[in-house]
Amino acid sequence: MSAIDIETARRVAKLARIRVPEENLPQLAGELTDILNFMEQLNEVDVEGVEPMTSVTPMRLKRREDVVNDGGIQDKVLMNAPDAREGFFAVPKVVE
Amino acid sequence: MSVLNEMTIAQAREALRNGETTSVDLTEACLKEIEGAGALNAFVHMTPEIAIERARAADARLSAGEAPAMCGIPVGIKDLFCTEGVPSQAASRILGGFLPPYESTVSAQLRDAGAVMLGKLNMDEFAMGSSNETSCYGPAVNPWKADERALTPGGSSGGSAAAVAARLCLGATGTDTGGSIRQPAAFTGTVGLKPTYGRCSRWGTVAFASSLDQAGPMTRNVRDAAIMLGAMAGHDGKDSTSADLPVPDFEAALGDSIKGRKIGIPREYRMEGMPGEIEKLWSDGADMLRDAGADIVDISLPHTQYALPAYYVIAPAEASSNLARYDGVRYGHRASLAPGEGITEMYEKTRAEGFGAEVQRRVMIGTYVLSAGFYDAYYNRARKVRTLIKRDFETAFAQGIDAILTPATPSAAFALGAMEKADPVQMYLNDIFTVPVNMAGLPGIALPAGLDRQGLPLGLQLIGQPWEEARLLNIAHLLEQAAGFVSRPAKWW
Repeated sequence: MSAIDIETARRVAKLARIRVPEENLPQLAGELTDILNFMEQLNEVDVEGVEPMTSVTPMRLKRREDVVNDGGIQDKVLMNAPDAREGFFAVPKVVE
Repeated sequence: MSVLNEMTIAQAREALRNGETTSVDLTEACLKEIEGAGALNAFVHMTPEIAIERARAADARLSAGEAPAMCGIPVGIKDLFCTEGVPSQAASRILGGFLPPYESTVSAQLRDAGAVMLGKLNMDEFAMGSSNETSCYGPAVNPWKADERALTPGGSSGGSAAAVAARLCLGATGTDTGGSIRQPAAFTGTVGLKPTYGRCSRWGTVAFASSLDQAGPMTRNVRDAAIMLGAMAGHDGKDSTSADLPVPDFEAALGDSIKGRKIGIPREYRMEGMPGEIEKLWSDGADMLRDAGADIVDISLPHTQYALPAYYVIAPAEASSNLARYDGVRYGHRASLAPGEGITEMYEKTRAEGFGAEVQRRVMIGTYVLSAGFYDAYYNRARKVRTLIKRDFETAFAQGIDAILTPATPSAAFALGAMEKADPVQMYLNDIFTVPVNMAGLPGIALPAGLDRQGLPLGLQLIGQPWEEARLLNIAHLLEQAAGFVSRPAKWW
């Protein structure tokens, strides 16, 4: 049985960039613990020497000519931005 | 002639080609039905102008002759597919206001085949859910009822299933990551096909778990699924995982004899506590296939019970990566910031406001299983188990099994709100029979085969060999005819 404590839940939320109010952390920790315990069943399986799956339908990735085949649509790229200025995405100040 | 919106795709195709009706009439009939079906909450964005315009174009094509099979057929599109200039939100607040400047390959292929888009269909947020209750639009409602309670149409493609079952459209697109086409089809007495992974392009479809996601048709019968899949499938240079294989004429395979075909019955699907009526449905289905000349063979898929826990490692892991793009910078919702707050607060507040509880939970589980120190213990182990699950199916197919018959779901549709207090894992158990198929990348189809004692539809699932959708559809077609499911929901909406 593994358990996610409140400190771990806080860290996971931070890594996922999701703000979780302090008072919701205990419940979140409990839910994550339940899900992880459900996953613990996987420890019963003998996976010695088994390759982890990388592609469910084995096929060779197709190649194409290394040429530009798209672009020149700045207006379309920016049209859904919550804040776009002078042809750029605008975000809060990142560096002082 | 029957009421226009109640026709199957095959019937409408004939009526359109014979000039007995027009696509405009058919489309208007559907639009009128949708207008009166607000209580089902199936359509969440209507596109009547686009529909009428495409219907007119389809009629012109039809009268010129040589129109493709889907030409003039009114369909609904799941909100997960990006549609040019039309809201495409994946039922999430975080994509509120997003208007794609492009069209997904699947919906573009349907459009180019002449199909008429009526609007966008409700679903679970980012396709994460089995009851449609995680939708930012509120749940779609099942047209079937056992008593006064509103039932779930299933999920995640619940709006698609409800719309097809209620005759609001002739067919709909769905997507299936762990059962999201097949479970709602089973809950609504409709047919849902998840093709082989790679059969339909994923380009332009909002990504949930890229190694599992696959689009497919949701229709009122097997023939319609074959027709609609033909228009959706095919190689696409914009999706490197879409298969460069010819698309067969799926419909042409219907009606072939299944004499001597081997149908596997996997013993591990006989779960403890399985309701007697599900067990009976399953054995009746096997008897029907036996009567049609198939050999019924007991098989073993020993890693079945590990498919669900492995899925709930792999799917959230992929989701946490895929959903990292929703950061409030390029599209969709951005939280407003207090003085002094910077970019990290913008990300955290935007994602907290934009994602619902289940999506947040899965993103965090995915983040956890991919984090340093746990990657091997969870993610890599789950991928190894996935290899074993696929190997189980390969072993069965190598022994000559053509298709595998199982129940589609462990129960009939349940009431909306019934799982509110249950822990998330209880909801995940809905997908117990469908998830292994995604883990192995196989085609699977759910079709209605009977009613439970409350009068609600129950479905069976057939699982096929990779790329053998045509053979799978033929077996499903035979089972459909033998089961003779004709019940339909009484109109209350």
